[in-house]
Amino acid sequence: MTLAFDLILCLMILGTAGIALFVRDALAAIAFFIAFGNLLGLAWLSLDAVNVAMAEIAIGAGVTGVLLILARARLLALGDDAASAATPLWLRLGALAACAGFVVLLAAAVLSIPPESGLDRVVAPLMPGLGIENRVTGVLLAFRAYDTLLETFVLLGALVAVWSLAPAGAWPGRPADPGMADAPMRRVAGTFSQLLLPVALVMAAYLVWAGSDLPGGAFQAGTVLAGGLFVAAMGGAIGLPSSDRPLLRAALVLGPAVFLAVGLAGVAAGGFLVYPEGMAKTLIVTIEYTLALSIGVTLALLVAGTPVPGAAGPNPDGKG
Amino acid sequence: MSWTDAVVLALLGTGLAFYAAGSLGLLRFPDTASRLHALTKADNLGLGLVALAAALYWGSLAVAAKIALVWLFAVIAAGTTSQLLARRTRLDEARLHEPHPDAADSARDGGPR
Amino acid sequence: MDLPLPEILSAGHLYALTGAVLVGLGLYAFITLRHPLRQLLAVNVVGAGIFLILGSLGRGPEATDPLPQALVITGIVVAVALTAFGAAIIVRLAETRAAAKPADDDNARPEP
Repeated sequence: MTLAFDLILCLMILGTAGIALFVRDALAAIAFFIAFGNLLGLAWLSLDAVNVAMAEIAIGAGVTGVLLILARARLLALGDDAASAATPLWLRLGALAACAGFVVLLAAAVLSIPPESGLDRVVAPLMPGLGIENRVTGVLLAFRAYDTLLETFVLLGALVAVWSLAPAGAWPGRPADPGMADAPMRRVAGTFSQLLLPVALVMAAYLVWAGSDLPGGAFQAGTVLAGGLFVAAMGGAIGLPSSDRPLLRAALVLGPAVFLAVGLAGVAAGGFLVYPEGMAKTLIVTIEYTLALSIGVTLALLVAGTPVPGAAGPNPDGKG
Repeated sequence: MSWTDAVVLALLGTGLAFYAAGSLGLLRFPDTASRLHALTKADNLGLGLVALAAALYWGSLAVAAKIALVWLFAVIAAGTTSQLLARRTRLDEARLHEPHPDAADSARDGGPR
Repeated sequence: MDLPLPEILSAGHLYALTGAVLVGLGLYAFITLRHPLRQLLAVNVVGAGIFLILGSLGRGPEATDPLPQALVITGIVVAVALTAFGAAIIVRLAETRAAAKPADDDNARPEP
């Protein structure tokens, strides 16, 4: 990409970030934050980091944006309009001085590091041994698989933490029904979600498969699945499950459990998370598919939020 | 510059012009319904032109099919969300006008329109 | 049509500088904005800036370093998990505060 494009993109990124942080209305702030996330995705694309671009737009802009919009709506229902209160001048000036100084230091530190892709040269000759061509997938699921394993536990832990916030009478209950209250809106959302959910399933399956050699992977696929699931819940096509359904818990735990099992089985082949010769691609794809399922369900439930007392799904069976 | 490049540039330029028109409408139109008009119609047409330009640029049928799918989903999503937004706006306006003496009629859903 | 990249500023450095400014912006917003939801937004902007610094410094002439890319993807997922938890806490706090107000209801019982 040309320097002019990069420069304009960076200025737009800073502009949308500034508006998202300092505009008075909370909904405008969140809308500009989503735009900021999308522009950031373009920046990743310009940096030739396509996997990161997909993850940023899907998760950083998409899921985070939906989370913030839902939180703002719930706060608004409680009478809190999330407008920032006035802060004393001395605090603002002091913070300005401190942050400006910090930025100068950080910029100096950053400029002193020459950008280079040193580890790419280390990773490239190891890829044929794995049988996949997407180097980021190789790093995520083979060379730094330990980090990814722990990350899946962090996701699950966040869900448990969100569930733990349920008030006393609400456990094990359902999250608040995100469906639309008005009947015509519900019908429109319902038709849309009935179209979207199968498409999301196919797209998630494709993204995992393509993630071996092209940009893609389990996290991006899981987010697409989560989007399809949550839109289906908004349209009333599926109901949000109650937290104690065994099938739900199995779906949540399947990804991390398979990952951990493969890791432990690798002890027989030489060490924790070591893939036996020739089985690397099979194991990686298996882990990615189960991971995508778990990530999808976990993200959808994270967005749905804490169980509330008395919430009843429109569909008495919930998600089976 | 070859023939294809010229066509791609022309399509991109027209698409950008439509996007600019949609954004201008968003800023200048007086109320939500007309702004939704500007956004949904102009922006989606712009998207179609840009998608066509991209498909021509890549020149492969597989890529063109994927781009067509992207455009299809974008159009469906835009149509659905603008429907929902318009409905929400009508409900909010109806609720604002409730204290009228004929409140029962203006607040009821689903008028003849 | 590519302009020759000037030697003073390569693409990697440009985005890394943008990341540094984002970190400063987010930090300033976190200190001066008092509402928790806005502070959550600010923390996300700081995170995005850090990811930009991490990833853009791996932009070599032919390819981008895959290891920082994997770290950034992991970081994005962890950030969304914690944002979800943060949003849930903020909503729960507001609910508890609203329920504890004895203003309108005479027999208001504080929610556990």
